[in-house]
Amino acid sequence: MAPQHLDSELKLLKDNVLELMFLVKNQLEKGQKALHDFDEELAHEIMANEKRVDSLELTIDRDCENLLALHNPVAVDLRFVMASFKINSDLERIGDHANSIAKYIVDFGHKIDEETLKTMRLDEMYDTANKMVSNIFNAFITEDTNLARKVFRLDETLNQINREVSGSTASLIENDVSQTKNYLYLFSIVRKLERVGDLSKNIAEELIFYIEAKVLKHKKMKSKNNNGNEESGNS
Amino acid sequence: MDSEITSQQPKTSQVETKPKLNPNNRSFKLQAKNVDVFYDDFQAIKDISLDIVENSITAFIGPSGCGKSTFLRLFNRMNDNIDGFQMNGEIRIDNKNIYDESIKVEELRKRVGMVFQKPNPFPKSIYENVAYGLRIQGVKDEDYIENRVIESLKQATLYSEIEDSLDKQALALSGGQQQRLCIARALAVKPSVILMDEPTSALDPISSGKIEDLIHELKKEFTIVIVTHNMQQAARVSDNTAFLYMGNLVEYGDTQKIFTNPKKDRTQNYITGRFG
Repeated sequence: MAPQHLDSELKLLKDNVLELMFLVKNQLEKGQKALHDFDEELAHEIMANEKRVDSLELTIDRDCENLLALHNPVAVDLRFVMASFKINSDLERIGDHANSIAKYIVDFGHKIDEETLKTMRLDEMYDTANKMVSNIFNAFITEDTNLARKVFRLDETLNQINREVSGSTASLIENDVSQTKNYLYLFSIVRKLERVGDLSKNIAEELIFYIEAKVLKHKKMKSKNNNGNEESGNS
Repeated sequence: MDSEITSQQPKTSQVETKPKLNPNNRSFKLQAKNVDVFYDDFQAIKDISLDIVENSITAFIGPSGCGKSTFLRLFNRMNDNIDGFQMNGEIRIDNKNIYDESIKVEELRKRVGMVFQKPNPFPKSIYENVAYGLRIQGVKDEDYIENRVIESLKQATLYSEIEDSLDKQALALSGGQQQRLCIARALAVKPSVILMDEPTSALDPISSGKIEDLIHELKKEFTIVIVTHNMQQAARVSDNTAFLYMGNLVEYGDTQKIFTNPKKDRTQNYITGRFG
C-alpha cells in the first residue's frame, strides 16, 4: 500500500463530499428565498442544479468503490469511506427534496402571503433545516462531533413544528376550502423539510461513527456522550 | 518509552479485551507471562504477557524487526540455539512452563508444529516427507504410518491432487502444494499447536487462498498462531490479533476490533499503512 496515494484519494473523496454538501446547502437556502419572494427564476436554477447534485453523487459513489477495491482501507479510513458512502446518499436525497420544493414553488404560481407563511411556520422550519445542514457541513470540515450532536436537538425542533403544523393546516383548509390545493402544497413543503431534518440527523450520526467509532442510529434511548451531556440517537 | 506502548500486556488484554479473547470461557492453550528476550545486549521482547485460547487463530503483526517471529518461536523453543539468546519469564502450554528443565524439546515439538515462510520439503517422495516425523519418532508400524500420511494429506487439502503420485518427488510440486505438504508433515505427528511464520508470503494469491481456507479448517482441531506481514490476511484468518512494535506488545484483542477501531493510535497508524 502507498499511504501517500491513499491519503490523496481520501482527500479527494472528502473534497467531493464537501462540494456536494455545499451545493445541497445552497440549494436549500435558495429554496427558502425562492419560496419567500416567489422567485421563479431562482426555483428554476435549483431545478437545473439538481443535475450537478446527481452527477456529484455518482462521482462520490465511484470514489468509494475505487477506495474499497484498490486500497482495502481499515480502521478510521474504512469508517470514513463507509460514512462518506452513506452521507452521499443522504445528501442526494436532501437535494431531491430541494428540487421537489422548487417544483412546488413554480406550480404554486404566485407569492404566498406572509400570514400563511407564518401560520405554516415555513421560515422557522427552513431556518432550522438550514442550520442543521450548516452544522453538518462545518462538523465535517472540522471533525467536530459536538457540532454534529447539536443536529439531534434541532431535529427534535423540526419534528415538533411538523406535528403542530398538521393542525394549523387543517384549520386553514376548514376556514377557506377554495385554497385547499395551495395549503396542501405548502404542507408538502413542511413534510419535505421534516425529511431534510431526518437526513441531516443521519449524516450527523455517520460523522460520529467516522470520527468516534460510535454507532448511534436506531438508539431510541437517550444516551450519554463523552462530556456527560445527553444526546439522542435515531428514533 | 512511548506512553502508547503497553509493555505490561495484562493492562490491555486482560482488563479491556479479555471477554472477546475468550468468548466461551475456553481454557488458555498458550500463555506468555512477563517474557523478556535478549540476544546478547539487545532486548528483542520486552515484558510481554499474552494468553491464547485453544482452537483459535491468533495473528502476530508488526513491522520488520518488531520481535513477532522471535516471540512466535518461543512457543516451540526454536530460539534456544541462537547465540546470545536469553529469556526471562514463562511460556506455558496447557499450563506447563515449556522452559522448565524437565521438558524435553523433542517431545515439545511433537505437540507444537511449525510451518515456515518458504516451503521446505525434503528431497524425498511426497509420502516419505509426511512419514518423516513419525519415522524419526521410531514408529515402525507401516499401516499406522500409511494411515497418518493419508489422513494428514487430506487434512492439508492436498490428497485429492496427488493421491495417484505419492511416490513423486516432493520438490516437483508447485510452491502452494509444497507448503500444504509441509503443513501435512507437521500434522502427521498429531500436534495440538501449529505455529506459522509468514506461511503464504512466497505464494501466489490462489495458493495463498487455499492455505487460508486450510487454516480455517485446521482451527477446529488445532490452536494456530500465525505471523504475517499481510494485514488483510491477518484480518481475514485470525480471531485475535497482537500488534508488536520494537519488542513491545502495543495492542492485543479481537481482530474485528483491531481492524475497525483500534484503541491505540500506533496500531491505527500501522494497519492503515502510515508507518512501519
